[in-house]
Amino acid sequence: MSRSKGAIVGIGELKPQRLTSGVTTLEMIAEVSRLAVRDAGLEPAAIDGLLVGPQVGETPQHVPATIAEYLGLAPTMADVVDLGGASGAGMVWRAAAAIEAGMCEAVLCVLANNREEAAPRSPNRNPIREFDVPFGASGANISYALLMQAHMAEYGSTARDFAMIAAAARANAQLNPDAIFCGKPADVEAVLASPMIASPLHLLEIVMPVAGGEAVVVTSAERARSLPKAPVHLLGAGEKVTHRAVSQAPHLTSGPLKSAMARAFAQSGTQAGEMDLLSLYDCYTIMVATTIEDAGLCAPGQFGAWLNDHDLSHKGAKPLNTHGGQLGFGQPDLAGGMTHVVDAVRQLRGDAGERQIGKAGLALVTGNGATMSEATALVLGAA
Amino acid sequence: MSIDLNTLKTPGPTITALTKPFWDAAAEGRLTIQRCKDCSTAVFYPRPICPYCWSKRLAWHDASGKGRLKSFSEVHKPGNPGWLPAAPYVVGLVELAEGPTMLSFILPGTRSLQVGAMLRLAPTAIGGRVLPAFKQVEFGPEEKPK
Ligand SMILES: [Zn+2]
Repeated sequence: MSRSKGAIVGIGELKPQRLTSGVTTLEMIAEVSRLAVRDAGLEPAAIDGLLVGPQVGETPQHVPATIAEYLGLAPTMADVVDLGGASGAGMVWRAAAAIEAGMCEAVLCVLANNREEAAPRSPNRNPIREFDVPFGASGANISYALLMQAHMAEYGSTARDFAMIAAAARANAQLNPDAIFCGKPADVEAVLASPMIASPLHLLEIVMPVAGGEAVVVTSAERARSLPKAPVHLLGAGEKVTHRAVSQAPHLTSGPLKSAMARAFAQSGTQAGEMDLLSLYDCYTIMVATTIEDAGLCAPGQFGAWLNDHDLSHKGAKPLNTHGGQLGFGQPDLAGGMTHVVDAVRQLRGDAGERQIGKAGLALVTGNGATMSEATALVLGAA
Repeated sequence: MSIDLNTLKTPGPTITALTKPFWDAAAEGRLTIQRCKDCSTAVFYPRPICPYCWSKRLAWHDASGKGRLKSFSEVHKPGNPGWLPAAPYVVGLVELAEGPTMLSFILPGTRSLQVGAMLRLAPTAIGGRVLPAFKQVEFGPEEKPK
């Protein structure tokens, strides 16, 4: 195994809420940042790096400066990571790289969103708005439905194959009291009986939007030794961005995560089969299906058979999204991708309580943005 | 879907000077796309430079209007409320015979739709403007798809 490229030493998470009322995103960022920095055992003044997401609601530009001022920070490295659902994972390697580059020593990576009753429709002007929306294709549901239909046509995968992913996420969510669907399991039949949103995509194969927040603190492996929590090391990372609109995707049944994961495995000297935890971005069931195949866990088109052969719970040999995934936990907008990082840290610390996996040495974390467009993969290792 | 698509209050294109030839042609029932004079690749959607060789020598050509269905979805819950009266309706990814892929509205036909279906251009008034929609090729009794 390769040497650590940095370590995650603090995490913070806000309990998901369906709606917020009169709460600003900045307030939520402050709250979740505080949790993460306290968990790290650091003073706020020790934070000299800041990575934030672009969707801060009330702040269209100069986002890092606004947040730094709000939090009383004066970071020597600050940036917006704009990779959609890959932003959370994308922040982690950037933080480590920035530290290695000597720009800073402790980076706060934070994403949060409020969710008010009346959200404004934003005036967009881009190729999707001009060439997809007028034909009746607005929003991610249709884009992912097109990916799913293509997979079914190419490989003969079935609605039931995809529904197993949603059912497994709901099952794992039953052990996470914070999950929005804790207490609301759904089996394969329930998924298949849920309303068709855009064929072949059913309602329960789509994440539930929620308000929430997630943050982690990254520092050097050396610094991590003097901090209270067991560090979780970044062993390898990979990233790739290929397109924005589904019509422009180079492939419909394989995505940029394939090469992002290959790089993360190569950097860490690991293989997909060695992972003790799969923390895979799951905005839709099709995303997990494609990621399992792109990781090389099974042959292209064979995810359904692979799912049938593996127990995805914390008790199984291939635990997948033990926090319930975003399909079970809820999707706090861009912070949704970070839930996969936070859950992997809990597992690798041995801190996951009732849902603790057995052997917890290595975890694969993936992030995905737009329509299987922006991809980041991390291999994380326990101390 | 039995409503008149032209009465829908759906969002139209956000036309720019660069893309105006495409939409002007669409209004006349034509599908025009760019082709690079340097690498000969057909380009969709319109761009100021060729995305393959970064040449600025792009010229407009009418496309054949033939395409192949790469994927499709029957939309029951539209993302934009203007489309609600038309639901369920079908959108698809159309691989044009010239090479590029575009997203389009797929008109209902007599046979059920399959990935791989042959399509042809079917200009259709939607939301107060003519758009380059597509329709499945209907084969006669003697014709068979390849
Ligand atoms: Zn060219």
